[in-house]
Amino acid sequence: MSVKMIDVLVIGAGPAGLAAAIEAAKLSASVIIADLNMKPGGQLFKQIHKFFGSSAHHSGSRGIDIGRMLLNEAEEAGVEIWLKSTVTGIFPGGKVSIEREYDDRDAELVTLHPKEVVIATGASENAIRFKNWTAPGVMGAGAAQTMVNVNHVRPGNKVVMLGSGNVGLIVSYQLMQAGCDVKALVEAAPKIGGYAVHAAKIRRAGVPILLRHTIIEAKTGQDGSVCGCVTAEVNEHFAPIPGTEETIDCDVITIAAGLKPTMDLIKLAGCELTYDALFGGYVPLHSEKMETSVRGIFVAGDSTGVEEANTALDEGRIAGISAAEGLGLISETEAADRRTEIWRRLDSLRMGPFGERRRTEKNHLIELYHESVKEQKAFA
Amino acid sequence: MDNRICEHVVLNVAPTGRSVTITVDGRQIEAYEGEPILAALLASGIRINRYTVKRHEPRGLFCGIGQCSDCSMVVDGKANVRTCITPVKEGMVIFTQDGLSEKKEAAS
Repeated sequence: MSVKMIDVLVIGAGPAGLAAAIEAAKLSASVIIADLNMKPGGQLFKQIHKFFGSSAHHSGSRGIDIGRMLLNEAEEAGVEIWLKSTVTGIFPGGKVSIEREYDDRDAELVTLHPKEVVIATGASENAIRFKNWTAPGVMGAGAAQTMVNVNHVRPGNKVVMLGSGNVGLIVSYQLMQAGCDVKALVEAAPKIGGYAVHAAKIRRAGVPILLRHTIIEAKTGQDGSVCGCVTAEVNEHFAPIPGTEETIDCDVITIAAGLKPTMDLIKLAGCELTYDALFGGYVPLHSEKMETSVRGIFVAGDSTGVEEANTALDEGRIAGISAAEGLGLISETEAADRRTEIWRRLDSLRMGPFGERRRTEKNHLIELYHESVKEQKAFA
Repeated sequence: MDNRICEHVVLNVAPTGRSVTITVDGRQIEAYEGEPILAALLASGIRINRYTVKRHEPRGLFCGIGQCSDCSMVVDGKANVRTCITPVKEGMVIFTQDGLSEKKEAAS
């Protein structure tokens, strides 16, 4: 088995990974991106709604268009993208094993020896447990979104959505655009979690929003898949109130209960972590260069704390620039200047009632990095 | 039952791959080459991909992006294939998975 040397390996071809790869490749690093999916773009291609924010952050564009733009840029910059390729291990000494083209019967295990690695593995959806939550028909809201927006199939016909954050609201609307009948949106809190503009869209369509309610059971049919949903009102401690149960006829229950960073490879690489509730769970400590406690291992995007595509893009750019700096392809001063500019843009993105908390938290994490990481561990 | 989206206000939903036939538990279904196996199954109303090892409980689409493994099936003799991230090829032979191998009734 041969070991291939490259400058930068980027793990994950979502917005963060693509941006990192583009920046590093533009500074003439040799870059490979490995991604387990069939197509690049991460979750961008399922985001068919228009983004908010400033023009520097593609406001008014749909995720799907930003995805296409990034792919073009990556191609022009000479980035090599390995799809259907699962990174299976990161080993001491800096070697990375990849199962390449896993759908091929003769799939081979490839070993790369990159000088730098950017881990941009994104996030996965949280589940909420209720009776029969594992039954076929109960799924993540993002899973349903992937089916309708990317694969153009409906996961079922009658849907109950749990969770009224922006994902719950937007996906409810997109399921309706796909021809599904959204029977109800269930939210345990006393008020809607996401933006009013998204909520108004689904209210106008006549979808009842059941505040102070939860799902206590998925009804299953003979084959064990979902054929209904039992809701109940909750008290101020979010406990279901007996006697308030109601059954809704549905074949799909989608759960929009937030996401958590996908940390497997970051842990495997031995990066120092911290728990951060705001960012969705354990996250790697990283510097303003997006470098972790392991020298040469960078992180970006949702795997450093769940946010959104635009922050992921900018963090990716920083990681790419820093990786190139580590290779001596850009001077320290120039790299620092470019990072400052991007951090400024990120600050302007992390504003408003939701963003401000994330900005403060991100700065706190970087401070924490400098306090606790006195000496970086070696990687390559 | 056809769950394919034929019209969409934002998206062009015209199929990009050519129409092919795959076999699922002995039954032939139509699929488009290159689409995830799982999508073809959902389009044909198939929602159960596997049964768990110990309790033999049904599982189906849960994450849709290759992370949870709940949609694993036996594809061309290989078990534990994540059907949400594996593209359709013409003539694929697929079985519902029970535990770590194909489901008995399905195979007969």
